This record gives sequence, C-alpha cells and structure tokens, in this order.
Amino acid sequence: MNFPVLSVITFTPMVAALIILMLPAQRKNEARAVALAAATFALILSAWVYFSYDKVSAGYQFIEQYSWLPALGISLHFGVDGISTPLVLLTGVVMFTGVLISWGDFDESKHLSAGIQDRPREFFAFLFLLAGGVFGVFVSLDLFMLFFFYEIAVFPMYLLIAIWGWIQTREYAAMKLTLYLFIGSVVSLVGVLAMYWLQYKNTGVLSFDMLLMEKAGFSHAFQNIWFLPVFLGFAVLGGIWPFHNWSPDGHVAAPTAVSMFHAGVLMKLGAFAALRVGIMLLPDGAKYWSWLIMIFAGVAVVYGAYIAFVQTDMKYMIGFSSVSHMGLVMLGMSTLNRNGIMGASIQMFSHGVMTALFFAVTGMIYDRSHTRQIPELGGMSKVMPFATIGFIIGGLVSMGMPLFSGFVAEFPIFMGVWQSQWFVAVIASISIVITAAYVMLAIRKVFFGPLPEKLEGHMTDVTILDKVAITTLCSFMIVIGMHPSFMVPMIQTGVENVLRLLGGS
Amino acid sequence: MFTSSMFVAILPEVLIIVLGMLVLIVEPFWKEEKRRNIGWLTAGGLLVAMIVSLLFGQPGAPTSVLGGMIRFDWLGFFFKMLFMFAAAVTALLLMDNEKVGHRGEAYLLLLASLLGMNLMAVSSDLVMLYLSIETTSIPLYILSGFMLADDKSTEAGFKYLLFGALTSTIMLYGFSLVFGFTGTTNLYQLTNMFKTGDLPLVTALGTMALILVGLGFKVSIVPFHFWAPDVYEGAPTPVAGFLSTASKAAGFAVLVRLFFVAFSGFAVSWTMVLAVLAAITMTVGNLLAIQQTNIKRLLAYSSVAHAGYAMIGVIAFSQLGAASVVFYLAAYIATNLLAFGIVMAFSKVTGLEDVKDYSGLSRRSPLLGLMMLAAFLSLTGMPPFGGFVAKVFVFAAGIQAGYYWLVIVGILNSIIGVYYYLNVLKYVYLYRMPNQDEENHPIPLTRPYAIALVVLALGVVLIGTVFAPWFTWSNAAALNLF
Repeated sequence: MNFPVLSVITFTPMVAALIILMLPAQRKNEARAVALAAATFALILSAWVYFSYDKVSAGYQFIEQYSWLPALGISLHFGVDGISTPLVLLTGVVMFTGVLISWGDFDESKHLSAGIQDRPREFFAFLFLLAGGVFGVFVSLDLFMLFFFYEIAVFPMYLLIAIWGWIQTREYAAMKLTLYLFIGSVVSLVGVLAMYWLQYKNTGVLSFDMLLMEKAGFSHAFQNIWFLPVFLGFAVLGGIWPFHNWSPDGHVAAPTAVSMFHAGVLMKLGAFAALRVGIMLLPDGAKYWSWLIMIFAGVAVVYGAYIAFVQTDMKYMIGFSSVSHMGLVMLGMSTLNRNGIMGASIQMFSHGVMTALFFAVTGMIYDRSHTRQIPELGGMSKVMPFATIGFIIGGLVSMGMPLFSGFVAEFPIFMGVWQSQWFVAVIASISIVITAAYVMLAIRKVFFGPLPEKLEGHMTDVTILDKVAITTLCSFMIVIGMHPSFMVPMIQTGVENVLRLLGGS
Repeated sequence: MFTSSMFVAILPEVLIIVLGMLVLIVEPFWKEEKRRNIGWLTAGGLLVAMIVSLLFGQPGAPTSVLGGMIRFDWLGFFFKMLFMFAAAVTALLLMDNEKVGHRGEAYLLLLASLLGMNLMAVSSDLVMLYLSIETTSIPLYILSGFMLADDKSTEAGFKYLLFGALTSTIMLYGFSLVFGFTGTTNLYQLTNMFKTGDLPLVTALGTMALILVGLGFKVSIVPFHFWAPDVYEGAPTPVAGFLSTASKAAGFAVLVRLFFVAFSGFAVSWTMVLAVLAAITMTVGNLLAIQQTNIKRLLAYSSVAHAGYAMIGVIAFSQLGAASVVFYLAAYIATNLLAFGIVMAFSKVTGLEDVKDYSGLSRRSPLLGLMMLAAFLSLTGMPPFGGFVAKVFVFAAGIQAGYYWLVIVGILNSIIGVYYYLNVLKYVYLYRMPNQDEENHPIPLTRPYAIALVVLALGVVLIGTVFAPWFTWSNAAALNLF
C-alpha cells in the first residue's frame, strides 16, 4: 500500500488547526511555530507530489479511495492530474509564505505592527482550516467531497476578514464576500444534485464519483440547461464578470496573508471547480454556452484592467488586476481548445504566485507606512530594497514579459483565443497595454522618487522571514519563465484529458 | 397477553418510569442545597437506560405489539434514542438554573414528557397517539411556566397551554373524523382504507388539514408558529432548548409515520399542500429572524425555518426523503441544544440575553466562542458541521422527487440564514465589550455545562464528518416506513 500522500496533505492543515486551538491563548509564538511547521510539511509533500508525478503515464495519480457513505455513493476519492498537481503545489507555496508573512514584527517605539499580533492562535487555526479545504477541492475526485471542501474553504474567509481585516470596510466586505460565494456555491449545488440523479437514472449507479459521471451520458438538453448554473456558480469564486464585485472589496479588507490566500488560491479554486465540474462533466453544455463565457471573460479582462488603472489604493489596484488576470483564465477556458486551456492552467499557477507576492509586499509597506494610497508613498526602494526587487519581478510577470511565467501563460491563451475568435483576442490584448501602464506607474510612484517626509524615521526594512517568502515566490516565477518545461508538459497531460472529454476538438 | 417481547418493545419507557420513581423517592431525602444533584441522577440514569436499551432493546423486523397500539421498529427506536439523549443533556443544563434545576419536580416533569415523546415515536394507533401527545405536552406546559415569580415565564406557560389545548382539540376532531370515515384507528390498517376511491378528496384533505393543525403546532410550521418566539423567550432556557429540539423532533416522528403510512393513499395531494406550507415556513422564519435582537427569539424563528427545511424530506415522500428527515433531526437536535446550552451558560453568568451582549465573547471565553461558532455554522449549513450534510441530503431528496422549486426556495432561504447567523458571530468574534476589559469578565463554565456542551459540540462535528453510521441508522429507520 502506498503512502496516502494526498490525504495527508489535505488533513495536515486541519490537524494543525486543532493543535493550534488547543494551545493556551498567550502562547503566540508557539502557535506560529506549529503553523510554520505544518505549512513546511505540507509544502514539502506537495513539492514531492509535483516532482514524482509521472508525466508519461499521465491521468489521475496518487489515487486513494475510501468508502465513506456507500448508501449514497459518497467516497473519499483523491487523485491529481496534470492540471491539479501544480495547483496543489501553489497552495503549498502560498500557505508557507502566508505563514511567514503573518509572523510579523512588533515594535511599539516605531509604531510597527506587522503580521498578526491579535489572537494569532485563532487566526492560524481558521487560516489552516481554509487551507485544508483548498487542498481538498484540488485533490477530490468525488463531487460530494469536492463540495464539502469547497464550503470549508469559503466560510473561514468571513471570520478572517471580519476579525483581522482593515477596520474601515471589513464587516461590509466580509459579509458581501460570504454572501456572493455562498449564493454561487448553492446554485452549483442544485446543478450537482440534478447531475447526480440523472446519472442514477441513466446508469443505475448511485455515485458522486466524477470519473463515473464523465461517462454518465447526460443529454444535450440537460447539459444546456445546467451548464450555466454550475459553471457560473463556481466561477463566482473565480471572480468572473459580472459577479466579480465581492473580490476587490474582499482583497482590500483582508489582512495580508488572507489576501494572498484569497487572490492566490481561492480564486483558482473557483476557476478549477468551474473547469472540473462545469466543462469536464458537462462538455456539450460548455460548447453551447462558450460564447457567453467568452464575452463575460473578455469584459473582465479589459474592464478589470481599466478599473485597476484608475485606482489610487494599492490593494484595490491589485484586486482589480486580479479580476483582469482571472478573466484571462476564464477566457482561455472558454476557447475549449488546447492552447487556451493550457494557457489558462498555467495562468492559474502564475497568477497565484504573482498576486501573492504583490499582496505580501503591499502588506509589508502598509504595516510600516500605515497607508496604501499610491500618491502618499514613495522612495520605498531606499528602505526596503529587497521587497522592491520582488515587486518589480511581480510587475514584469503581470505585464506578461518574456522570461517570466506570465508570458508562458498569456501567450498560449491569446493564441487559443485567436484560433477561436480573433477579434476577441484583439480586444483582450488591450489589457496588456493597460496592465503595463498601471504596474509601471505604481512601481515608479511607490518605490522610487523621494521618501515622503512624514514617513521618514519610522520606515524599517523587511524581516528575514519576509525575505524568505519573497524569494520563494519569485523563484517560481523566474523558473517557469526561463524553463517552461518545468510545468508545461505536465499541464499538457491534463489538458489532453479535458480535450478527450470535449470530443477531441 | 403480556409477553417478554412486549416488554422489550417498551423497555426504554419502563426504564424511564423507574428513573422517575427514583427521582421522586430521592428528592425528599436530599437537602435543599443538594437537590441540584438530581440532575446528575437523571442524566446518568438516562445514559444507563440508553445503553441498556441499545444492548437488549433493539428491534428486529417491525412488529405491532400491545394490541396494535405500538409499532416496534427502527424508526421509533432511533427517535427514542434521540429524545433520551436530548433529555439527558437538558437535565445537565437544568442543574445550574437556580429557579428550576434546584427542585426535583423539574426533572420529574422532564422525564414525564420524555415518556410521552417516546410513545409518540412508536404509536401506531390514533388513540395511543393522542394520549402520548398529551403526555408530552402537559409536563411541558408546566415546565415553560415553571418560574412563577417571573411574569414572562408565566406568560410563556399560559400561552403554550392555550395554543396547545386549542390545536390538540382540533387534531382530536380530525382523528375522530378519520375513525368515522374508516371505522379503524390503527395507522397500518388506515393505509388500505384511507385512500382515493374510498373517500372524496375534499373530505380527506379537510381531515388531514385538521390533524395537521395539531402537528403543525408541535413542529412549529407557519401558520401555527406564533407561540414559539414568545414561549422560547419566556420559558427557562433549557426548557426552550428541549422544546425546540426533542419536542419538534417528536412532532416530526408522528408526522412522518402518519403521512407516510396512514395517509399514503393521498400522497399526491398532501405533498403539494405541505410543499406550500414548507416554503412559507422557511421564508417567514428566516425573514423574521433577521430583525431579532434577543438571541432566544432569534433561535425561535430559526427553529421555525428549520422545520421548513426538514419538511422538504417529508414532501419528497421517498425512502431517501424519510432518511434525510431523520438525519436532519439528529443533526438539528445536537446543534440547537448546543446553541441553547451556550445561551444558558452565558446568561447564567451575565444575566443577559440580547445578541449585542455577546460582544467580546470569544475573548471572554475562547472555548464558548468556538462552540458558538460550531453551533451557528451548523445552523447555517456549513461543513464540517452536521447542518451541512443534513441540508444536502434533504435537498438531494427534494430534487430526486422533482421539487426543484422547493429546493430553490430552500436555498434562497439558507442564504438569508447565512446573513443573520454570521451577524451573531460578528458580535462573538469581532465586537468588543464597551470598555474592552474582557479579561476581567471571564465566563466560567460549571461542570455540568462543560460536559453537556463539549459532548454536543463533538456530536455536531462527528455528525458532519463521519456521517456514514448516522445515515445508515436513519436509513434503517426510514426503511420501516415502506
């Protein structure tokens, strides 16, 4: 019997959350240490899964199956393919760096209160519950369990934002986010249950297993009705226009590590579930509605970039840039061809790492300067050179510069869109120009020029833990950019599987 | 003829009566300040009774015993275990309520109503059914108005009595009509006699509507819910918890048996009526809950809404539907008792019952805050807590039966639920006490509370994660209906 690595990855954060909760409240550093240990463990395991995934035989690997509720065909069925393996790694990376960033630094004399100083025990427990849910969604091959973990990944966000968020908007943003996501998920739930019963009717097998559902033979009419609710319900979490509104508000209100998780992994969760359940289980429905998804995604790409351009708050800027970049993911998926889906999958990883880095650096600046307004900042490269380099690398990825992961992701997407509808590619490419504009403007304004007078004196450099986090995130973006075969062949195997379900288009 | 198999069928009830007598005997001999310990006796006794019944009293194939008065099957047995568990927890929660729990009568009344509930779950005859419903209700009327010096409690008891008496009379009228039309009172004989062709539809629907008045009052579905908020608010908190869980579940046990077995001939018609009622119940309960400032009233309206969700399983009229109702009630009993237990523990220390008084609770008592989180997220229907799985099963049953519109109403309602349940958690986790000195206002838990609450919290998590055994039992219970 093989080592059940996927279930260990999934349940490590949850067990860690329980252990952390049992510590006494005043033992803040112990809570952090347990969190870091668990995150490191999960990262190592997910890296191990990534590197030992067999690209030649492809398909679902590391499969584990335990019967959970046989009467209704629910089982704990775990397995990863070429698309979900990078996402598992991404979650491990973001979790690890998120813990490092949240460790923080506290110095009363300099008005410095970085990271999480208020009740870190509860913070890490909720964050890890969320992380466990995220892992669970990426590795689940059982629709019920996917749903179960999906909901677990959603509700801790409310608490994390409402308790540790930015005091001005946290209550509003947290409630808005939770309601949007909950509405999305229950709408998909109806579709999922409808699929479940139709499969039972067609095949006589009572099962939530997605590998069986692929063969359930749903009729065209059924797929055309249910594709939209299922796809859009999940895509709400992916920040699809016009249901993206919760996302920038949530980013802004969330504390740094939660913003990283939210933009870095949670939005991928929505896109991934939309792909896995929407496109892969209802392929005919996807073909029928792909034009609509393409319109939504195209609008998100351009509109998100425009809105990001006019923001003065750094977090709002990054929040809307996330909408724009996630729009690219959806755009790639909507093409339903090889290039588009492959680009979308790489973009999920690339954008996850990049946004996490953006939010991490923004958080470091905010903790020290107590403002995120771009006009009020300046000269950060003098006090935090390391963070500056990190942000610039992130910016280059965001613009889609060659030699960075953004290029590897965006180029196939645009190729795929061109194959499908060339004029959409033309319109969407406007966003690249706008993105370059706002990223470079922000870099110039925030990191260069003179340091504003009122910030002089109490700006300190980032801590060593922050530097480790920045290095980790940057190295992934550079490695993929310089050496695309680090990820591309693996994702290709996953894409082949999607194309097979779509009928080899 | 009284045989040993009959004795096994009513083993839990016999044990409850023995326990009740024990309470009566012990009470005068214990000094006043020690009478609180009767709570330990009751809870421990019920635990023993449960174990003994599980060991020796498990039903086999369904049989009718005691002259067809009682049906000895898994459906009844599973419900009995739920009621006894709820009563044991309620006994623990009563112990530190000075005005109620320090008097032996309270425990005796609790056991008496438990006896009635157990019989409700197994009655297979209209006469037996009516008797057991009254046996349940009358002790609960007294318990609701137990705090004589308290106007609200007296009002609660009296209101509950008036509503209860009125609705049960109407139900009795319905029963007598059933007997008049068919000439039998046995539920299992009614299956073949109370059906289309033998009776005009209007007559049958009218009769069922009369009976539904009484049951609707028990499970508090709209429009028979008016008593619930006032009674929950005024009654002693543990009693309110017991009313909103065990008493409601008992109502459902009867509802399921009556409609699935006796009235199955008119299933097409009554499912439509109940579907409309369920939709209204969920919506009214949730909409009214939004505006509540008192936590007990909020829970009251939420329990009205939950009756509506559970109803979806009844309406599905399938084996999965029945199983999902039973599962839903198991999850709901653990969850709501936990919620009421926390309210009780909190107001014992602070004397306050408004939602805003819960500000800073997570700093005053992290454990209580966490348990509140578990209870309210379970009510919302979030994993890994029991409420999530229960809701998914109920919705799945609804969709299987083709009630898409009802499931969509249910889903819209659970979104409303997210809003107001999270609102409470906002006070618990986010807001602080006016002068921010939570450290000086801890909320200590006495031992009975600690035991009861931890057991319930574990139960809520267990039902939500390891749901296979619970569902298997619910399914075994549901199987007996078909």
